[in-house]
Amino acid sequence: MLITHLNPLAASLFSLLAIVSLLLSFVMLGSRWLRDYLLAFMLESWLIGLLSAAVGYFDHYRELYLIALLTVIFRGMLLPYLILRIIRRLDVDRELHVVLAPSSSLVVGALLVIFAFMVASRLGAQLGLTGTVAVLALTVMLSMKLIGFLMLAVRHEAISQILGLLVLENGIFLGSQILVPGMPLLIELVILFDLLVVVVSFSVLVRYLLAHVGSTSSRELKRLVG
Amino acid sequence: MTGTLLLLLVLAPLAAAAGSLLLRRARAAEYLNLGASIIAFAAAVLLLAPSSRHSFVYWHRYILLDAPGAWTILCTAAVYLLSSIYAVGYMRLLDEETRLPRFYALFATFAFTMLCGPLMNSVGVYWIAIELTTLVSTFLVGFELGRESIEAAWKYIIIVSAGISLALLGTILFYWGGSLVLGPTYNMTWAVLRDNASRINPMLLNLAFLLVLVGYGTKVGLAPMHTWLPDAHSEGPAPVSAMLSGALLNTAILGIIRFLAIADAASPSLMPRVVLVAFGVFSLFVAALFIVRQEGVKRLMAYSSVEHMGILALGFGFGGPLGVAGALYHMLNHSLNKSLMFFGAGNVMRRFGTKQMPQVHRVLNRLPVTGALWLAGAVAITGAPPFGLFLSEVTIMRAGLLTPNRWAVFVMLLLLIVIFIGFLNHFRQMFFSDKGGSALPGQQLNAWCVAPLWIALVPILILGFWWPAGLWHYFSVAAHQLAGGTP
Repeated sequence: MLITHLNPLAASLFSLLAIVSLLLSFVMLGSRWLRDYLLAFMLESWLIGLLSAAVGYFDHYRELYLIALLTVIFRGMLLPYLILRIIRRLDVDRELHVVLAPSSSLVVGALLVIFAFMVASRLGAQLGLTGTVAVLALTVMLSMKLIGFLMLAVRHEAISQILGLLVLENGIFLGSQILVPGMPLLIELVILFDLLVVVVSFSVLVRYLLAHVGSTSSRELKRLVG
Repeated sequence: MTGTLLLLLVLAPLAAAAGSLLLRRARAAEYLNLGASIIAFAAAVLLLAPSSRHSFVYWHRYILLDAPGAWTILCTAAVYLLSSIYAVGYMRLLDEETRLPRFYALFATFAFTMLCGPLMNSVGVYWIAIELTTLVSTFLVGFELGRESIEAAWKYIIIVSAGISLALLGTILFYWGGSLVLGPTYNMTWAVLRDNASRINPMLLNLAFLLVLVGYGTKVGLAPMHTWLPDAHSEGPAPVSAMLSGALLNTAILGIIRFLAIADAASPSLMPRVVLVAFGVFSLFVAALFIVRQEGVKRLMAYSSVEHMGILALGFGFGGPLGVAGALYHMLNHSLNKSLMFFGAGNVMRRFGTKQMPQVHRVLNRLPVTGALWLAGAVAITGAPPFGLFLSEVTIMRAGLLTPNRWAVFVMLLLLIVIFIGFLNHFRQMFFSDKGGSALPGQQLNAWCVAPLWIALVPILILGFWWPAGLWHYFSVAAHQLAGGTP
């Protein structure tokens, strides 16, 4: 673990990438247009790919280049393309029913980040890592997780929910690149798995549409209660 | 020898899945799947003996066979066998002849993923196996393509994937904690984490444990993360509901108890156990509320699963040799009994043409055999003697009285009584009341639909009278292996 004696250039590069990714999740939170979500997600995935490559370069982990490549190909290109196709086919381009207006969700998102920072900094203090990039990584990881859950909770459009799931996982990727760059095998597998999740959710969705042409808003999915 | 058995166990369902896809004949797929389930069950039974001596690792330490894992596999294989028998009869009633090969391929793959999960020695790969079970079973939940089935499948995949991503975060924090001690790259197995747990920062460990508990707890169906469960269990075809409830939930709870063992090894702090017990009590509470006011027959069974997962959480949360023994015994009893209940519910749904309990009445007139077996099963699942669940629940309560969490035992007892009354009241109305809506014309059942009810009920009855001494020994070995000692 090189976190404690990382060279300053690498540390600032990692921090920059992590913070920009966090900002991009706020872009998702503040917009109602599905296409904006998608672009923000795509950019976020590219940044995470870049981060993997940077960590690989500075910390000398060869396999991280592979992860960077996989992230960019699958999460940066293939998934956005698939989702874009679905958006075109479904002819939905924005959230119609907002539970929480974008401005209020931004405020809630900010509160979540503060909470994440409190948890991360306490944990960092316990581990003697105060002031290192680890605390930042932990903060960003937890906040993206919480923001993903917020998106899942307040958005109804099926596409937004899938993107919410992907944001949850982007947070984990981002954090794990910095915290546990040496973790074997798992990240590669998870990247492939996400693709499976999305493909499966899509096929469920498409079957739903085939069976009952109508809305893709999960507001309509409310027959099963109690 | 053990290695061959393991291979048989996992390859049989996989071969059946491939076979059904290749042959594309409904009848062939049925019997292939049935054959695979018999082989898997036989292998699972034979694996018990070696696993009770010591644990085995294979294939670069990626595969682990230990007593708790082998026991979970036995429960899974038993439910797989029963459901495969039942599916032969039930799926013919659905009039989906052309899609049956696909159904059986998915069904066998689902069984394969569940049999693999408990065998994973790497903590990360275990997560992947659990995620795989979700992916495969989503299609099974949505198999009937009705509006409600698709809704249930959608909720299932979104809620469970979101929940289980928390478990991934927890797993990564565990790895991080370990990497501060063991260096950046190491092979994260259950044993490695457990042996080094005392050197990992306790606060980090607690945070990671909570994340993992909530994450896998979603999959187990502990309240308040249970919201997908009633939908998924009630909307899939009955054999799938039995597999979800009797087998899948156990596979996920195994992860929780392995993480619990790691948390235990770290520090004598009571926090992890108290949280697990609290989740268990809350699950019982939620289940009690919804069971009393339930109208859907399979939703009733689904909430009963939430109840029994709560009891398992309590058993493992109380811990100690008695708690682990009670919980493992309960796992088998619940798997058998819940399969019986879902099969009965499926039969009643087909015979009466409705899912709503108020429209079902005088079950014994229309279905004398199924009805009687189902009623016996209902008495058993509420924890009444002389069935196995009574024994295991009493054992769990005895274990609880020895721990600081004694309050939970009294709450558990109270909620179990409420559930007993609420659950059996529905059965009273379905069996012995004349009031209710008019009966709809239903389908005739065949022998395949009734036989598995017998096969499930007889062992529960035997296990209620006689708790074999060998099993006591087995459970104490399991408790030892979980805690990292050698028996």
